[in-house]
Amino acid sequence: MSNDQPLNQPRSKTDLFVSFSLLALQGFGGVLAVVQRELVEKKRWMTREQFVEEWAVAQVMPGPNVVNLSLMIGGRYFGLAGALAGLAGMLVAPLVVVLLLAIAFGTVSDAPWAQGALRGMGAVSAGLIAAVGLKLMGALKHNPMGMPACMVLASLTFVGVGLMRWPLLWVLLACGLMGCGWAYAQLARQVTAEKDRT
Amino acid sequence: MTPVLDLQPGDWFSMFQHFASLSLLAVGGAITTAPDMHRYLVDETHWLSDSQFTASIALAQAAPGPNILFVALMGWHVGMNAGHAGGWMQAGLAALGVLVAMLGIMLPSSILTYTATRWAHQHRERLSIRAFKSGMAPIVIALLLATAWLLTVSHDQPVRDWPLYLLTLLTTLIVWRTRMHMLWLIGAGAAAGAAGWV
Repeated sequence: MSNDQPLNQPRSKTDLFVSFSLLALQGFGGVLAVVQRELVEKKRWMTREQFVEEWAVAQVMPGPNVVNLSLMIGGRYFGLAGALAGLAGMLVAPLVVVLLLAIAFGTVSDAPWAQGALRGMGAVSAGLIAAVGLKLMGALKHNPMGMPACMVLASLTFVGVGLMRWPLLWVLLACGLMGCGWAYAQLARQVTAEKDRT
Repeated sequence: MTPVLDLQPGDWFSMFQHFASLSLLAVGGAITTAPDMHRYLVDETHWLSDSQFTASIALAQAAPGPNILFVALMGWHVGMNAGHAGGWMQAGLAALGVLVAMLGIMLPSSILTYTATRWAHQHRERLSIRAFKSGMAPIVIALLLATAWLLTVSHDQPVRDWPLYLLTLLTTLIVWRTRMHMLWLIGAGAAAGAAGWV
């Protein structure tokens, strides 16, 4: 991935709406994997580091994460109208599809092949999510906390949520306080070091 | 049994209120508030049958787009149950259900996210904002891996489910290391499932 080329940005609110509609329609079992690939790797609206930062905010805000993300990105470029364009893009077309699917599924829901297809798609979407996590790991290289501290925090979070199954809110609060506190200390040290040099 | 309902404007309003009150609690996605929706829609008001509730979640996860659309499907089913007369009246009530449920779950969290993230962006050079974004980065990455893990181990019979684990692992490696289009993988997963291989 080349980080030296300049970034692009959405041309218009229509571009935002269409882009997010297309993203959302490709995202089976969650849209995040597609969003990361399209926005960072193909359209290059943001770097991997920026994506992780935005994602962190979208994740701690209440509401669906990817919809929050589309709202934030739209708002960044075109204000309230852009936020609404991003939000609508993420929701409208998929809403039509899911309603059609609900009507159609009513007739085949008991068939073993339909149940099997759901199982298979579920397994693939778990893999998609894991792959995004692995890809974004690379963004931690530039984190002011340093790689060892990042790995400790990531491991604690994984154990708390994935293995111990503690409530998300408590894990976020505990690990979040540690992470933000440590990051604050490191950033503050960098700032004083820069001041001393000048 | 599918419930047959006669909903008054006040009922629609209290449904809106219920979803709106859950909206701000939905940190980490609305799916975390699904148990409370079940309590309200199935146990207390009997507006939805148990199987309609479950189907709403499963269908939204199988369909493209953000998983939040399971809320739209719940509203849809409530409307269908209310419009037992059939025809356009029923379709209209179902659409009303979608609108009420989605507005309720989306409005409060979207307003909060929009205003909070604009504020944060205006003050993005502040040490505390930078510390927040850096400190949260490893945590949200670990959450992705934990989500993939939880989705995988929800199939908890290794003797029967190992092909699913393998499919998830393969998908992870392919998406992580190649640029293959994700729709192929989803399609392959659905086909393998429908054929009964996983």
